[in-house]
Amino acid sequence: MFDIVGKRYWYYLVSAIVVVPGLISLILFGLNFSIDFTGGSIMEVQFEEGSAVQPAELKELFGEYGFGDTLVQSSQGNVFLIRSKTLDQETKRAIQGEIEERYGEFTELRFESVGPSVGGEVQRRAYLVVAMAAVAILLYISFAFRHVTNPVRYGACAIIAMVHDIFVVVGLASIFGVLYGWEVDALFLTALLTVIGFSVHDSIVVFDRIRENSRRYAGLPIEGIVNHSIIQTLDRSINTQLTVVFTLTALLLFGGITIRSFVLTLMIGIISGTYSSIFNASPLLVEWERRPELLIYALSLLVPPVGLAAGLFFGLRGDERSRPWARGCLVAAVIGALCIGGLLLLRGMLPV
Amino acid sequence: MLTDRRRTLALLGCIIVLALAAAWVDLPSNPGIHIHLGPIDFDREIELRRGLDLQGGLQVLLEADVPPEELVDPGAMDATRAIIEQRVNGLGVSEPLIQLSGGRRIIVELPGIEDPERAIETFGETGLLEFIDAGRSFLPAGTVVTTTEQLAAATPVAAAATISPETPARQLTITATESATATPTVVLTPTLPSKPEGPVYQTILTGRHLTGAAVEFGDLGLMEIRFQLDDEGTALFAEYTRNSVGQLMCIVLDKQVVSCATINEPIPSGGVRITREGGFSPEEAESIVIRLRYGALPIPLRVETNRTVGPTLGEDSLQKSILAGAIGLTTVALFMLLYYRFPGFLADAALLIYAILVLALFKLIPVVLTLPGIAGFILSVGMAVDANVLIFERMKEELRAGKQLRLAVEQGFSRAWPSIRDSNFATLITCAILFWFGSYFGASIVKGFALTLGVGVIVSMFTAITVTRTFLRLIIDLDVVKHHRWFGV
Repeated sequence: MFDIVGKRYWYYLVSAIVVVPGLISLILFGLNFSIDFTGGSIMEVQFEEGSAVQPAELKELFGEYGFGDTLVQSSQGNVFLIRSKTLDQETKRAIQGEIEERYGEFTELRFESVGPSVGGEVQRRAYLVVAMAAVAILLYISFAFRHVTNPVRYGACAIIAMVHDIFVVVGLASIFGVLYGWEVDALFLTALLTVIGFSVHDSIVVFDRIRENSRRYAGLPIEGIVNHSIIQTLDRSINTQLTVVFTLTALLLFGGITIRSFVLTLMIGIISGTYSSIFNASPLLVEWERRPELLIYALSLLVPPVGLAAGLFFGLRGDERSRPWARGCLVAAVIGALCIGGLLLLRGMLPV
Repeated sequence: MLTDRRRTLALLGCIIVLALAAAWVDLPSNPGIHIHLGPIDFDREIELRRGLDLQGGLQVLLEADVPPEELVDPGAMDATRAIIEQRVNGLGVSEPLIQLSGGRRIIVELPGIEDPERAIETFGETGLLEFIDAGRSFLPAGTVVTTTEQLAAATPVAAAATISPETPARQLTITATESATATPTVVLTPTLPSKPEGPVYQTILTGRHLTGAAVEFGDLGLMEIRFQLDDEGTALFAEYTRNSVGQLMCIVLDKQVVSCATINEPIPSGGVRITREGGFSPEEAESIVIRLRYGALPIPLRVETNRTVGPTLGEDSLQKSILAGAIGLTTVALFMLLYYRFPGFLADAALLIYAILVLALFKLIPVVLTLPGIAGFILSVGMAVDANVLIFERMKEELRAGKQLRLAVEQGFSRAWPSIRDSNFATLITCAILFWFGSYFGASIVKGFALTLGVGVIVSMFTAITVTRTFLRLIIDLDVVKHHRWFGV
């Protein structure tokens, strides 16, 4: 039989290897927000065959109208994607007239324009939405598992697994943003929230088994119960995973190009969701029972101020058990602060 | 036992009837529901509504153009929406969507529109028509002017409207039938408190006094706009023109001068004609008439978000996603069949019923189908299968533990239920939050995804549990399954 719980530290390591590069990229380069969040305009135009327009020429033309930081990409079939600051109707018409005059007839395939105020509002609302989803799910799990001892632990472990998946997806978006110019748009947020839903979905299936088994095998060590529950649900987890991967692969290969990044985000997030529910969420329940200080250290590392506060709290309590904890929290907080601070410094030195 | 079987059969009957009804709704050539029985008249077209990203079109988010700290009257906002709706209907777009979004925004979606810019101009501009007394100064078309009416409209109207019609400076004449003489008077109102720059012109009349407007062909076959004033307007107009012969009167639409003309004679009839040298283009005339006919918007609006998708891009995406969906579903069905054998076959049958039901619901609700919506639907198929996988895995466990087939099936369902319920509920929570987020700023793609996934999850609980269980019970009752191997054990 597999001993997943016994080898849990290896699985945590795998998670760390996947998550850390994304986090580093996130701190260094941030996210490449689309006009949905920042405001601006996208114009996709197609020139007639035989036209020899160069992206640089279009960029220059936009510059003449005071849109200096316009980006122009060209793709197959004389199609150009032009990203600029928000264009109003009049300016758009003037610029399009000018383009037609200089470079000939073209078809407008797509035009999107978002005012800067709406963009900012959407961005704020997006953070709120993710936070709301997390809280709602925490509450629901605590309610659904209310007959178990420590129901909040189940909720919290599901949330940790969820945060893991958010980091995987957002980190990926940041890395792909740097490498391939991926944008974080409203669709990305949709994918992210779906991943959250699926991640919790998977965690609940395993937790449900743990709930059932801990009633049946009350008194046995928690490691055994959790491991047994994971093994029992493994077939299901893999099969469900496979069906979702089948459908998403089909969408990825044969679906339109417009939703390709959306589908890829979903697929990676959902795979991560299954992984985290099996290898993170459930073993963390054991961790919480056996070595809760490790959870606090991890949190201290990620959020140094919390580590500082926890360290002071345990230090002031001053009993036998608390002293090493206080040291651990402070050490983790210092390491975390050094890493994050170092990255931020590096970010400052990067050419923008 | 007998009552059990009878109940199973009754349930099977219900499922078949439901599936057939749904299949009828799904028919592409569905004629819709038309009931005419005595006093009952019920007409309902049943068709799959495609979103803007699938058929091309225009989506605009209009925001009240007033300072952010100022409250917007909900009644006025609703009236604004109603007027926009009328104007849009004047454009003749099929299936437009005009709705309020929050306190100060209006979403307008026009699928398949051909000239998005003209459309925005037609429904988005305030449409405040004024006749102003320009005294002796000729104002070229396109000049932005301040008038007494604009200042009087208590709401501090923010700067000039962002969308404005293209108005070539061409001379215009206003004519009437009778002639008379009058003494010229120049009325220039004193500067009002709200620090307007430049002169403030006296408003003689506004579009409120209009009773009708139409496009007509004039003497030379050129397009002109004719409108009729109500009694009060006629009186005011007659009075003014009688006193101001020889002076200039300008027609101002949304603060911009459309045209100025010298008053040659008093106009007592209330019928006014606007002509322009060279005539109006049909689109322009139509656009102006629609604005005049349905009155001014109580609240000025500006375009905050504008999305236009060309029809070719949309059509291409639709074809591809349908193909992708079909391939994905076939793969899943094959997988279930190979892995779970006999129950897998039943699950596939349930999956087929699931697809039929969901499609019927999409048509009935109606859900506007978008590209991410299709992805949501395909994902929800994954969820539907998941419920069956959970149940079948449980059944296999019970069978391996040496239980009777009938008992194993029942326990498979009852034990898998809590995890199906809890996990699907968690997904529904995220769907609800996504839907709320999508409605907030008019992202119909986000809303579409949330709705299709949500509908899918709910229906999947029904098909994966009720439908599959009924099938399985029936098969067991018929006593045809002899080997556990059929269940992949």
